[in-house]
Amino acid sequence: MEFKRITILCGHYGSGKTNIAVNLAVELSKQKNNVLALDLDIVNPYFRTKDSADTFSQNGIKLIASQYANSNVDIPALPQEMYAVIDDKSANAVIDVGGDDRGALALGRLAPSINEENNYNMFMVINCFRPLTKTPNDVLEVMREIEVAGKIKFTGLINNSNLGRETESADVLYSVKFAQECSKLLNLPVVLTTVNQKLFAELNGKIENLYPLTLQNNNVI
Amino acid sequence: MSDKVLMKGNEAIAEAAIIAGCRHYFGYPITPQTEIAAYMAKKMPKIGGCFLQAESEIAAINMVYGVASAGYRVMTSSSSPGIALKSEGLSYMAGSDLPALVVNVQRGGPGLGGIQPSQSDYFQATRAGGHGDFKMIVLAPASVQEMAELTVKGFELADTYRMTSMILADGTMGQMMEPVSLDFDVKPAPAKPWATTGTKMQREHNIVNSLSLVPEELEKFNIERFERYKKIEETEAMYEEYMMDDAEICVTAFGIAARVSKNAVNEARKMGIKVGLIRPITLWPFPKAPYEKAADKVKEFISVELSMGQMIEDVRLATSCKVPVTLCNRVGGMIPSPEQVLEAIIKANQNGGAK
Repeated sequence: MEFKRITILCGHYGSGKTNIAVNLAVELSKQKNNVLALDLDIVNPYFRTKDSADTFSQNGIKLIASQYANSNVDIPALPQEMYAVIDDKSANAVIDVGGDDRGALALGRLAPSINEENNYNMFMVINCFRPLTKTPNDVLEVMREIEVAGKIKFTGLINNSNLGRETESADVLYSVKFAQECSKLLNLPVVLTTVNQKLFAELNGKIENLYPLTLQNNNVI
Repeated sequence: MSDKVLMKGNEAIAEAAIIAGCRHYFGYPITPQTEIAAYMAKKMPKIGGCFLQAESEIAAINMVYGVASAGYRVMTSSSSPGIALKSEGLSYMAGSDLPALVVNVQRGGPGLGGIQPSQSDYFQATRAGGHGDFKMIVLAPASVQEMAELTVKGFELADTYRMTSMILADGTMGQMMEPVSLDFDVKPAPAKPWATTGTKMQREHNIVNSLSLVPEELEKFNIERFERYKKIEETEAMYEEYMMDDAEICVTAFGIAARVSKNAVNEARKMGIKVGLIRPITLWPFPKAPYEKAADKVKEFISVELSMGQMIEDVRLATSCKVPVTLCNRVGGMIPSPEQVLEAIIKANQNGGAK
């Protein structure tokens, strides 16, 4: 995958964007030096990029996250070092934005600089099996809300449609059609369709831009 | 393609409530249940329903009281400290015999505590939902699918018995994502001739009230209410038994603790230990029957809880303390690991039920 200097990931909460942010940051670190991962998620204190702190340090990625992320402190704080992403033009960054328009408000703070520099991609992570993004029009609505709040325009879609552990090849193949409909409606390319390693083995070659994800650890429940 | 959707537990509750015909939601945000309110805020305006973020939990529960009086399916949701604030309203609703659904996605306490999962509101839900003699039907889901199904069931039971149903979940159940089938039957709400819907000058006034100044009358209301509770205890208890047929040790747990426990039971079975699991699905009424049966066969019960030991008292009562009941727990927002439960099973197996 080819990266711009800044890669921004948005998506309705539960779309899987944090997982993808972690994967793309690792991929980016293989191509470039000085990689930053910025956790701007002020919405959900339960699932955070900070869960992958070890993955980041092993790959030499600098994680910028609120000091309160993953602590028991339930406040929507932003990391003080977040401006490094726009101040240090030699840095390559992946930004994980919180779900929905309220989450994207935090992005608006960085928007003037990101738009002026114009060396970014902003991807919408979509999952057609999530209840509030089941139709292309639902996706459109959420994207417009995020764009208004975040003040940055989307440049592409990442199709991460899945049903958790029950996802089968047929589900992914269905979702590709869904993603294409979204792509047509929004006039944006589907840059990746992401699947777990097992489905990647089954579907490799059958879907354009198929990308295998390494999943964050789940508890044994 | 699958006809399922991938949902968070909190979303499953919200969507199931809408499917059950609930068009009125009142609440106040608190982690880890905020997605319920967020979902309702998004969907209710689109289907002609009412989402209202109240100025406080106390305001929200009293709005629930109002809508329930008018005969509509109505709900509120919160997490532990917020439920404590609602307790006055819960008592008033019990005193007025009003049906409603209340959701508690528990977090660690006491006080503000933390935001991580807990089951330490068991007593609050099953014993002390508020002042006075009353009960709530308490349902304990252990999967996202059950979060949805028990929400529908909760509305139905509430209407049938004119009382509050509570979903007692925890932060993990609220936040975890699983595929859900939303294809289930919903019984239509029964007629509510007692509701304050306007007399249209054609009938006597309906009065919804919890004030009874005549002691004899108030006593009568209490006795009638408890006759209803007795019927619920006899007919509505729900539970799951797992590998109990030949079990010599019985692990018991609800909600997230039951999922962990099931894994531990499976591991212990691989080691040749005869262990089973009783999972109460209703916490009130507490399903006494499977415990009574098991108490004559097993040498020890292990109550696995995310509390300092609350359900353990009901297990002791249900088994008349015939065999030891031990506690395997974590608190403060922590969940017992399958290994911890397995260790407790191995210990019980070695000690043969001795304390």
